[in-house]
Amino acid sequence: MRSALSFLSNALSRISGSAGAQTVSELLIDLSEYASLMTPSELTEAPPTCAASLVSPAVASQPLAEFNAQVTFDLKPCELYLLETGPAHTTQLTRKEGLQLYQTMQTLRRLELKADQLYKQKVVRGFCHLYDGQEACAAGIEAAISRSDHVITAYRAHGFTYTRGVSLKQIFTELTGRRGGVAKGKGGSMHMYAPHFYGGNGIVGAQVPLGAGIALACQYQGNQQVCVTLYGDGAANQGQVFEAFNMASLWKLPVIFVCENNRYGMGTPVERSAASTSYYTRGHFIPGIRVDGMDVLCVREATRFAADHCRAEKGPILMELQTYRYHGHSMSDPGISYRSREEILEVRSKSDPISLLRERMLSNNMASAEEFKEVDTMIRREVEEAAQFSCSDPEPPLSELCDHIYSNEPPMEVRGTHPWSKLRSIS
Amino acid sequence: MDLSVGIKISDWLKSSVTVRDALNQAMDEELERDERVFLMGEEVAQYDGAYKVSRGLWKKYGDKRIIDTPISEMGFAGIAVGSAMAGLRPICEFMTFNFSMQAIDQVINSAAKTYYMSAGLQSVPIVFRGPNGASAGVAAQHSQCFAAWYAHCPGLKVVSPWNSEDARGLLKAAIRDDNPVVFLENELMYGVPFEMSEESNSKDFVIPIGKAKIERQGTHVTLVSHSRYVGHCLDAAAVLAKEGIECEVINLRTIRPMDVDTIEGSVMKTNHLVTVEGGWPQFGVGAEICAKIMEGPAFNYLDAPVTRVTGVDIPMPYAKILEDNSVPQIKDIIFSVKKTLNV
Repeated sequence: MRSALSFLSNALSRISGSAGAQTVSELLIDLSEYASLMTPSELTEAPPTCAASLVSPAVASQPLAEFNAQVTFDLKPCELYLLETGPAHTTQLTRKEGLQLYQTMQTLRRLELKADQLYKQKVVRGFCHLYDGQEACAAGIEAAISRSDHVITAYRAHGFTYTRGVSLKQIFTELTGRRGGVAKGKGGSMHMYAPHFYGGNGIVGAQVPLGAGIALACQYQGNQQVCVTLYGDGAANQGQVFEAFNMASLWKLPVIFVCENNRYGMGTPVERSAASTSYYTRGHFIPGIRVDGMDVLCVREATRFAADHCRAEKGPILMELQTYRYHGHSMSDPGISYRSREEILEVRSKSDPISLLRERMLSNNMASAEEFKEVDTMIRREVEEAAQFSCSDPEPPLSELCDHIYSNEPPMEVRGTHPWSKLRSIS
Repeated sequence: MDLSVGIKISDWLKSSVTVRDALNQAMDEELERDERVFLMGEEVAQYDGAYKVSRGLWKKYGDKRIIDTPISEMGFAGIAVGSAMAGLRPICEFMTFNFSMQAIDQVINSAAKTYYMSAGLQSVPIVFRGPNGASAGVAAQHSQCFAAWYAHCPGLKVVSPWNSEDARGLLKAAIRDDNPVVFLENELMYGVPFEMSEESNSKDFVIPIGKAKIERQGTHVTLVSHSRYVGHCLDAAAVLAKEGIECEVINLRTIRPMDVDTIEGSVMKTNHLVTVEGGWPQFGVGAEICAKIMEGPAFNYLDAPVTRVTGVDIPMPYAKILEDNSVPQIKDIIFSVKKTLNV
């Protein structure tokens, strides 16, 4: 009860304070966050004491000499399968890298919470599968590969869509189905694309052979690139996944198979769907690593190891990231019929990826609490602006309904709902 | 120029090529022309192809470009689609299209729909090819025609060659097309030789996808068909000509997008239409032609309802007498033409 009161007072002082973009909408997000059990550390945050300035986290206003520029961290060792050695047990984190990882993960968090809000306001429709809780997976993987590498995932895709370079504006506007969306409103939540990012795939498991195919193209073209191919604990039982494992292994394709094991396939816990829940061993003849998916540094180090393995032409490798989603399977699933509120709260309080990183950096004097707050404020503003835009951007014009059927074709006629409706399609 | 013995030099220049060899040459030339093109499928490399369509290609191009796959249709079709998304131009062979059912999600949801879903950001330049429809004595699970199923879906092109020239020109066009193309061959046609035109000798000879060909001019009735049954229609036309009935025979060449204009133009001339296909009648290619004709200007020129000649609405039986009577025969086409003309 005390925490509820302090939360409300924090929220109100944030509204009346001079700091950052605090709007009614932000208050509603905070309230909804509280309703799904916020971490105690967030509840006791003091309101910002100084006026916010829009500072890039990489160039914070405090003198750098105050902080440690680089710290070496011990990492939880990964369980290994068919491997003599695994990812390094320590990792070096620079201040700049840390702030960047923090900013990425916090942006993903706020993105998803805003998407939740927009969905409840009914401006986002259909399916909406949120990634909050799993931020360390996308941020950690992205930190270990380059933009010239390739990523493909399933439908819980907003995180990678952002890390692969699509702007918040284009993501939100795709969610609200407007013309400024990355897919011009044609795709929605599950079908967003970017260079070297192949979605966003709605059919469970189909993305796994696709990812092996992208890796085949990398090998064929001799470009030293790898393809990170993600799937969930639910998809791990799909037959085509094993077909992809077989061919990737036979042909030594440079593919990093990543199982994001968040313990539940929709409403089914892993123990009820898999005869073996050691997903990192399910590649049978493919070496595997089991990674703490809540620790962004673990994920980063493991991905480095995996990418090196592939680039050395040793063939595919499988990474199981043990992670957790705070939301239900999708927005139509409250997520508490098959798991307890206590479990969700426990993960939030003990293993939240953003809190873990922040506390690490604070306790190793790599950054100040104020800096983090500035980043938070900046992100809230960015997310709010993007969301506002997405609600005001016009819908796609009906004249474009039939466009993009074929690539590189002259304009053609498409039949409408009745014979007199002759619509036009351009490439 | 004529020689004194009455043989034209142009006749000497025409060569006779089987459908199989035409497909083989087309793939060979396209593999040579564009290094992004490659072939994958079961037995395509070291076995020279289950039906020998890819004979010699592995020897010439090696493991990188001609890839034997395990028996994993869903997996390798997905791999092929993924490779197309990342810049290659795969030819994905299904040993027969019956096995494509295992992979149909990759063809439809991963290949066909992606350009639309991404609003043009992601194209999928892939060819799915293989024998389609009835063969000889292979029974129900190996004899289905998939023209209607694939042609139902926006985002796909569906092509169905009849003769060697079709096979050559359409396959080259399909491989050069930036879209997913389902290329329906016919096993019974592989060994059939046809004369080739001179222009088809060119390495850049392509037949435009989406354009039908009038194989035979006529005035009394239009016959529309695709694949093997184009030959049946021409044979029926030859018999009917002796009775004074002149059939116009249209070879669709492409099922989707269908060249309705050519059919309509012909019907407006002949006033009668008979469609001929090997597939089942319900929701089939002929059914679609009927619907399209009714919706367009040619309807008012019909002197009789459209007649569909199709495969019998049953799974394909094995015994020869049963199988022979499960698919359209020439006498069925002749009978249907006469009924349509009310003669």
